[in-house]
Order: sequence, then C-alpha cells, then structure tokens
Amino acid sequence: MALPLHATTGERVWHYTFLTICVLIFGFLIIPILVIIPLSFNAQPYFSFTPEMVAFDPAGYSTKWYESFFNDSNWQAAVRNSLVIALFSTIISTFLGTLAALGLSQKDFPFKTTIMGILISPMIVPLIISATGMFFFYAKINLLGTHIGVILAHAALATPFVVITVTATLTGFDHSLTRAAANLGSSPTNTFFRITVPLITPGVISGALFAFITSFDEVVVVLFIGSVNQRTIPWAMFSGIREEISPTILAVATLLITFSIILLFMVELLRRRNERLRGITPH
Amino acid sequence: MSQSDTSTLKTADGISLKLSLQRSLRRKKRNALLLVAPLFLFILITFIIPIAYMLVRSVDNQIFAEILPTTAPLLAKWDPLSGNTPDEEVFKAFITDGKVAAQAKTINRLGKRLNYEKSGISSLFRKTGRNLRKLEPEKLTTSYKEALIKIDKKWGQVDTWEILHRESGKYTKSYFLSAVDMKYDANGMQWKDDDSRIYLNLFKRTLWLSFLITFLTVLLGYPIAYLLATLKTSTSNLLIILVLLPFWTSLLVRTSSWIALLQKEGVINDFLFAIGLITDEGRLAMIHNQTGTVIAMTHILLPFMILPLFSVMKTINPSYVRAARSMGATSFTAFRRVYFPNTIAGIGAGGILVFILSIGYYITPALVGGTQGTLISNFIAYHISGSLNWGLAAALGTILLLLVVALYILYDKIVGIDNMKLG
Repeated sequence: MALPLHATTGERVWHYTFLTICVLIFGFLIIPILVIIPLSFNAQPYFSFTPEMVAFDPAGYSTKWYESFFNDSNWQAAVRNSLVIALFSTIISTFLGTLAALGLSQKDFPFKTTIMGILISPMIVPLIISATGMFFFYAKINLLGTHIGVILAHAALATPFVVITVTATLTGFDHSLTRAAANLGSSPTNTFFRITVPLITPGVISGALFAFITSFDEVVVVLFIGSVNQRTIPWAMFSGIREEISPTILAVATLLITFSIILLFMVELLRRRNERLRGITPH
Repeated sequence: MSQSDTSTLKTADGISLKLSLQRSLRRKKRNALLLVAPLFLFILITFIIPIAYMLVRSVDNQIFAEILPTTAPLLAKWDPLSGNTPDEEVFKAFITDGKVAAQAKTINRLGKRLNYEKSGISSLFRKTGRNLRKLEPEKLTTSYKEALIKIDKKWGQVDTWEILHRESGKYTKSYFLSAVDMKYDANGMQWKDDDSRIYLNLFKRTLWLSFLITFLTVLLGYPIAYLLATLKTSTSNLLIILVLLPFWTSLLVRTSSWIALLQKEGVINDFLFAIGLITDEGRLAMIHNQTGTVIAMTHILLPFMILPLFSVMKTINPSYVRAARSMGATSFTAFRRVYFPNTIAGIGAGGILVFILSIGYYITPALVGGTQGTLISNFIAYHISGSLNWGLAAALGTILLLLVVALYILYDKIVGIDNMKLG
C-alpha cells in the first residue's frame, strides 16, 4: 500500500484521496456504534447530545438510565431469559454440530454436498421464513410460548455456524497424527480424547461463541413463537423502540457493545491460537 | 507363504488384508454417518419439517370439508356455469352441516376463511349460523332451499354458491393468487384493479431496495477490502477489528443507534442545525422512509460484503499488477484489466450474500422503514400476528423462499457452499 518513490503527482493525489475515502467508510462503519456510548449517559431523556453534554458539563451526564435498567424487573427477566435460552441452545447446537462436523470431515462421505446443504440451510433461509414455518409447526405440536420451543428453534438456527467453524478447523487437521497414535497402540477413544479433542477445541469454542451470539441476538423467531414469558433482551429492545423510546435502550445497547467486544476478542484469540496449532503462522 | 502375492497377504488374525481394509473403511463410513445422523434428524424435525409445513399451509383448504363434510362432495358435482343455484340436496346438506357447525361454533371460522375470497361472506355466515342454530329441519314446511333463502337472499344467488364451489376442495390456489395481486371473477383469473394491488409492488420494492443496498455495499466495501488486502498483515489485523465489531454487535443496537442519529431531533439534524446548514423547520426526514431503511441496512450488511471480498483479494498475487505495470500499463489500466477481473468472484459472492440477507430482512425495516420503507417480510409478519390470514402469510413466504433458493443455487455455482467462511 505504501506509495513508491517514483509515483507521479496524479498517483500521489489519488493515493491520498483513496485513503481519505477509506477513513470516511471506516467512520461510517464504526461511528454509529460508538456514538451510542456517550448518549447513554445523557441526563435528559433525548436521543441526541444536549448543549450541556457538548460543553462537557458534568450536570449533563448521568447514569440514571443504567440504574433504571438494573432496577427494572422486566429488563432483569429479559436478561435471564436471554441467558437461559442462549446457554441451552448453545449446548445443544455445539454438541450436535461438532459431532456432525467430525463425521462430515471423513474422506469420501456420501452425498456430502447435499447433506451439508441441508445442515446449513437454517443459515441461508431468511429468518422471517424460518419464523413463519416454525410458528405454524410449533403451534401444531403445542410448543408455542414455551422455553423449550424457543431453545430448539435457536439451536437449529445456530448449528450451521458450529458446523462451518468446526469443519474449517478440521480441514487443516493432519490425519497422520491420529494414525500415528493408533500405530503406537492407542485405542480409538483414547486417540479421540488425547489427540483430536485438544486440536479441535479452539474451533469448537469459537463455534460455540457464534452459536451463543446467534441465539442471544435473535429476535424474529422469538417474536413469532415466544410468549411474554420468553421475552429476551432483543425483544425488549424491539418493543421498547416501537412503543416508548427511552434512553434505557441506549444503556442496554452500550452494555451489549461491551459484551460483543469481549466476544470478538475471544474469537480472534481462538482463531490465532488455532492457526498456530495447525502450524499456519500469520505472516 | 513363500509367495508375496498381495491377494494372499494376511493380517495378524488371518483375514485377507484387502478384505480387512474394506471392512475397516466400511466401519469408518458407518461411523461417519452415525456422527452426522443426530444433527440431521434434529434439523429435519426443528427446521425442514416446519418449512415444509409452511409450504403445505399456503395451499391448504381442509377447513371446508372439515366444517361442511357432506356438502363439500355434493357441491363439487354442481356446475356453476349452468346458471342455476345448486340442487335441493346441496341445500339440505348445507343446512344439516351448517346446524352442526353452528352449534359447535365452528361455522364462523369458515366464514372468516371465505371472506378472503369476497368480503361480506363472513357476516353472511354469522347471520346464517345464528338462524341455523334455532332452525329445526324436521319441522320445515318449505323446501330446504326456500328456508335458506329466507335467512338471507344471498343464498339464492349463483355468485355465492360459485365461491363456495370454488373453495370446497382440499387445496386452494387463492392464497397464491392474492400474493401476486390476482383474483377470480366471472371471467376466471384476473389481475386486481390497479389501486388494490399491493404485493407485486411490494416484491418489486423489496427487490429494488435489496439491489440498491447490495450496490451500495459493493461501492463502500470494495475500497475497504482492497485496503485491508494490500496493507501489512499486522496493520490489517488491527483495522479488520473495525469491520468485525459491527459484525458482532447486536442488530438492535445498530438499528437503535441509527434512530438516534437520523431522527428529526437526532444527532445529525442537531449537528447540521448547529452549524447553520439547515433551519429548524428544514430538518431532514431521514428516517421512517426508504432512506432510513437503505442507510441502516447498508451499514448492517456491509461487513458481509467486506469479509468475502477481502478473502478473495488476499489470494491475488501482487506480482500480477507489478507485471502489468512493468509492461507499461498505467496504474488505472493495471487495476481495470488485471486486478479488478480477479475480484469479480468476490463481488459475486458478497453480493449474493447481501442480496439474500436483505430480501428477507424484517427487524430494521420495521423499526426505521415507516410505511414506504417496509419490505415483503413486514407484510408476512403482519399477516401472522395482525390480520391472522395465515394462508396468505404462508404463500408470501413460499414465494420469498423460492426467490432465495434460486439465488442460493446461483451462489453455489459462483463460490460453492463448501467455501463459506465466517470472520
């Protein structure tokens, strides 16, 4: 990207124009997310900066929206529901997804493309269609408005992410390692737990994180098949934005941004560790 | 064992090596299938069957035969083109079935269903139901036909019976016809009048906005992906966080921040007002219209364009462009003739991904789209929870699903689903 010494004036002008364009686009990507953080400390119930805030007057800032979040039993119930649903659907999808990825990574698996297509279809089909189908079917089998219904639905939506992440980890998996273990007299079970598991763990954990965030962030399906008892954080935000806009939503949003930054760093660390384990050093 | 012929090689337990290898391969294959089976079944039950069930719901019309079991087969034999109302036996069957249904309070459900075909039928059925409950067929002094016409004279009209005749089967086309703005009338299937057409325009709008959003993500994503692909890895690893953070941030967080930015009393309008570019009355309407939907969705879907483009661009060997330059191409020509053609696969992959995601988007248009910026999915949701016309919701969903499947096949042709990557 560095400008060569022999660059013409035109190329120099273009080079700096290009960099400016890139800075603007990065701004477009990141400013909408960052702007919400100071707004959530607004002392007034507005979605914009008050003159006091611009003047950095401490009176313009307050943490009352955070207090109202932590003291509101509806929000607390939403947090509990989100965590319970995301946790159980992550467990189901990680377990089933990892098993399937181990099977699919075997050489000459029959009808691999078709089966893979079916397994990752929940990721391709627009959520509104999945939600409609699940609404009809779950109504028929009496799972509407139950935690189990939402957990199963979210697990189905999250498994493709686990399958894809773990399969990607297994693509670089050196099968001579397991053969070497077998050759040295290790039983298949022993080989699996002592050789395969440690090598695929980073992939499984990042798949689980993807699954967790999929469920934690999902709102369309839960709106369709859940009842008030399954109200999750995104649902509460959705109806909050529609009905009475309160800056409490911005406080929740800030907390969620913090949460996603933590998740992002975990996934990045795992990805790099995984590349190291597989002997692919970033260059 | 003096001969070293491969066919006679034995394993330690005396089986031919070839056979033993085959057996072990077969066992491996069986184990692989067993590992995949649980997830396959799980997805089948929790996902594929519900989708299939939605497809069935879009043509399902069991309700008629369920509520009027003896009338349905008799009515099917009647020829609406004869110009006469059906025979007495149809009226008799209708009164018998209708009385049972009125007592079980199911007749209004059928009325509501048939009201989708012609408004007014729902109230006709309610009225008829009320009267049938009191009616005692054994004590009738007139014919069944006259008795029914006495309840409401609409029962003496061929039109009413024609609608019942058309919708008496187990399956119906009517939801799909409504979903593409068509209707039945005396001359068969017809387009609806211009002012009552909704869905075709909505499909057009959904496709057009999705195309616009896809185009904007290419426009904004291409420079970023190019920058990331050509920078030193250590720098690009840092900068890519700016792309991944929006990707990982909750959809509702991003939507609410756009509301904070774009609304009339929002950050952007306040800023433009403060620096004197607009007056207080001249505040820009950037939300609750198509502009709001396009801006917010472009932002939300941009990472889905940048990441596939970036992974394609990373594989392009920089010496291609250097070779072109050394042979006298200007930097623009080198880009246009050498670099750009190599990135078309990435544009295709990212483009189809963004397009598929945006034609099915619901949450963001519902919150920032107003009435002009809503998409087909908002109407599906409305028919599920608002109008309760589930058949129409299923038909709209089916059409949307067909569109997505077609695009998905295209995606598979361009990139192959096996190459799907995350992050």
